[in-house]
Amino acid sequence: MAQWEVVIGLETHVQLTTVSKIFSGSSTAFGAAPNTQASVVDLALPGALPVMNKGAAERAVKFGLAIGAKINQRSIFARKNYFYPDLPKGYQISQFETPIVEGGGLTITLDDGSTKFIELTRAHLEEDAGKSVHNEFDGASGVDLNRAGTPLLEIVTEPVMRSAKEAIAYAKTLHNLVRSLDICDGNMQEGSFRCDVNVSVRPVGQKEFGTRREIKNLNSFKFMQQAIDYEVRWQIEQIEDGHKIVQATVLFNPDTGETRAMRTKEDAMDYRYFPDPDLPPLVVTDEMLASIKSTMPELPEAKCARFVSQYVLSEYDARLLSQDSATANFYEAATKAGADAKLVANWMLSDLSAALNRDEKTFDQSPVSSAQLAGLITRISDGTISNKIGKSVFEALWNGEGQTADAVIEAKGLKQISDSGAIEKIVDEVLAKSAAQIADFKSGKEKALMSIVGMVMKASAGKANPAQVNDIVRRKISAL
Amino acid sequence: MSWNTFATVAETVAALAAKQVSAVELATHYLDRANGLQSTLNTYITLDRDRTLAEAKAADAKRAAGDASTLLGVPIAHKDIYLIDGWRTTCGSKMLENFVAPYTSTVVKNMSDAGMVTLGKLNMDEFAMGSSNESSYFGTVKNPWDVSRVPGGSSGGSAAAVAAGLTPASTGTDTGGSIRQPAMFCNLTGLKPTYGVCSRFGIVAYASSLDQAGPFAQTAEDCALLLNAMAGFDAHDATSLERERENYARDLAKPLAGLRIGLPKEFFGKGVAPGIAKAVDSALEVYRKLGAVTVDISLPNVKYSVPAYYVVAPAEASSNLSRFDGVRYGHRADEFTDLLDMYKRSRAEGFGAEVKRRILIGTYVLSHGYYDAYYLQAGKLRRLIAEDFKRAYEVCDVVMGPTAPETAFPFGAKTDDPVTMYLNDIFTVVANLTGQPALSHPCGTDENGQHVGMQIIGNYLDEARMLNVAHQFQLATDWHKRHPSI
Repeated sequence: MAQWEVVIGLETHVQLTTVSKIFSGSSTAFGAAPNTQASVVDLALPGALPVMNKGAAERAVKFGLAIGAKINQRSIFARKNYFYPDLPKGYQISQFETPIVEGGGLTITLDDGSTKFIELTRAHLEEDAGKSVHNEFDGASGVDLNRAGTPLLEIVTEPVMRSAKEAIAYAKTLHNLVRSLDICDGNMQEGSFRCDVNVSVRPVGQKEFGTRREIKNLNSFKFMQQAIDYEVRWQIEQIEDGHKIVQATVLFNPDTGETRAMRTKEDAMDYRYFPDPDLPPLVVTDEMLASIKSTMPELPEAKCARFVSQYVLSEYDARLLSQDSATANFYEAATKAGADAKLVANWMLSDLSAALNRDEKTFDQSPVSSAQLAGLITRISDGTISNKIGKSVFEALWNGEGQTADAVIEAKGLKQISDSGAIEKIVDEVLAKSAAQIADFKSGKEKALMSIVGMVMKASAGKANPAQVNDIVRRKISAL
Repeated sequence: MSWNTFATVAETVAALAAKQVSAVELATHYLDRANGLQSTLNTYITLDRDRTLAEAKAADAKRAAGDASTLLGVPIAHKDIYLIDGWRTTCGSKMLENFVAPYTSTVVKNMSDAGMVTLGKLNMDEFAMGSSNESSYFGTVKNPWDVSRVPGGSSGGSAAAVAAGLTPASTGTDTGGSIRQPAMFCNLTGLKPTYGVCSRFGIVAYASSLDQAGPFAQTAEDCALLLNAMAGFDAHDATSLERERENYARDLAKPLAGLRIGLPKEFFGKGVAPGIAKAVDSALEVYRKLGAVTVDISLPNVKYSVPAYYVVAPAEASSNLSRFDGVRYGHRADEFTDLLDMYKRSRAEGFGAEVKRRILIGTYVLSHGYYDAYYLQAGKLRRLIAEDFKRAYEVCDVVMGPTAPETAFPFGAKTDDPVTMYLNDIFTVVANLTGQPALSHPCGTDENGQHVGMQIIGNYLDEARMLNVAHQFQLATDWHKRHPSI
């Protein structure tokens, strides 16, 4: 049986963070009542004309600079003509022959730590369509044009990825990049970041690409993984069964985990692209370019390197903490508040990450703020509480049971007992009831000591300083 | 009150300023006359007496309060392609038969801001596609000079209304001659400004890279006054020219001594009717007497202008008219089986034959594999034609020639042969392809008494000079002072 190689290219629609739409003054805010954010331009009334939103162009340029691409200082808007109810003009304004961004690329890091450079073909500006609303009206469908005209940057890669893992790593890296650049909110549930994945397979060693199928509109990394896995398996099976792959656009069904052809190349539409006569060429002046360059934020790669040197973190931790601005900002804020840099990293990447994942939140939505976490870590560092008590303080802060770690410690009386007199008293009480364990320990069973220490800790409600308890127990047993 | 229904805009301005007449009296007079001649000429698609009189009253109140704006209270009628908030805007089509505009076009807003009173919405070729006003869903407009003949198109109602004294002035739009050709057919002065001088916002688009708004009036002086109100940068139109407002009447009085008139040999060939050639020659003689000199020039690429135009205009139209899909507004078929069927039936029922023809041509030329051969090629020709003119303006100040190769023709004369109809645009489409300003002014009649227009094509943004040239001609002649006996 032949060995198969997978070939993947991605087209990602990134919704830009402009306050108003790409060609009208309507708001781009998500979730408003249907058609309340649609102006005469978005409704495509007769006589309405598009006017370019400069903010969208600036964001596209920012992206282009971040990936080392060529910025076309004169790019052209074109009309992509087709009929659909959610496309009010009967054409989508996009960029066809001359996009604003060409070339460039980004480096992805795989789980094994290896890296790969993913070349981009282009990134172009376009407007989003509206939404069809089904099942709300008896015998009819509705159209909501609030989303129509929302600015999108479509980012297209070369077919250079060779596995689902690489595709996911690329999508995640891109997702982090557009958020660090603050050009996209990255909200995948709301459709701010959607991927179309082109997949084909070919026998290892073959030069020509196989026929590709395009999986449309994937809005989660999990679905992307499932969809690619299914699609690759399906294509290999088809070929091995003697069938030919027909170029097609397919949809992924998360319920069945399968992809299904929506349309094949035979019924591909002729979009009749031509330059939009309503819009002059989009010109990026030298001044605009210089001003955007001067406001470029620190990019994830540079930030990672800085974290390694400034905070003495491992490459691995630094990468995780610098991948998006929400995480990086949280980290730096907590560190700045005086907490130990290494401990902040540990807490963020273990307990806090776990809690955030559990509740599907990001660092900028964390119920425990960077200041609260810093306060908590400081109290562990100075010995006020043990690491274990720290976890329960964390839980309390997460649940809003106190404004600061100190307040929680105070209210719950969690302060560590470091008074040796008090600890000795508890130890005496425990030893009095632990003749068997004492004998075990004396006969060489180290474990028995741990059992005694555990009982002391329990008796102190976890507040006794564990190191101190250990010392006192040892001393008292050997004195017996 | 007895009012000279053929008073010019300048005369109306003077009478209003002297309080010899009120805006309400003027509006009443023209509305009555429009209603009286509606069945004969069919110039208007929509009249709304209450709205018009309310505007006129407001204008009179402003004047009483000391407002002395030049055009305050002067009546104006608009081609039914301009959206006006609250007014039905049909574009001459069944598709928009019941469409009431929810916003106002910039040009109309500018004119209303200047105090002008809207008399009504004028008949036109459907979606501005036509040269004879025979494609209107609301019936043909009759030429007031001879009701068996066409008024020209597509702004036929705009021309007929001014010629018949139903309004002192009107607005039109010009995509391939739709102001200049009807101006000639109805013995008026009509101006298509430089592309970008008037905002296209709120004007139903036919061919976006060619469409331009402009005025119809009896004189060049009136056109200057009207353009002063219409023109101006508009942030709602990305193709609008961002520049200072100018006074287009500033050079009207300049003598023409030394003016160099370029006469392209391509405009004086065998395609031009003899009666037209004769009238144009006599008019050029008048210009020479006024001190102008004529220079023979050649614009070798203008022979490609009609083919280029009939690629570009339908291509853009096919896309611009896609929004009329029956989904959000406009005509929707009563019965349909599914979405595709709804599109097909709504558009098949809503659009007339000429509109469908141009959508089909446009869809074809933009199709995969044809784009390069047609649209791209047409774009190159536009640049070549513009270069011809650039060279011409090194040796002349304005270019002149007949506005159209034929005078007003009888109804039905060309409806069976679209190509002959298209060739009527041969001299006018040039200025749309290059974006230059062009006007037509009355300059005589042919052997049948039909009116001949002289076209003046100016260099970019040279409207003030062109209006000066036409005004000086009108001071020396009386062709523009003739009115139909209707």
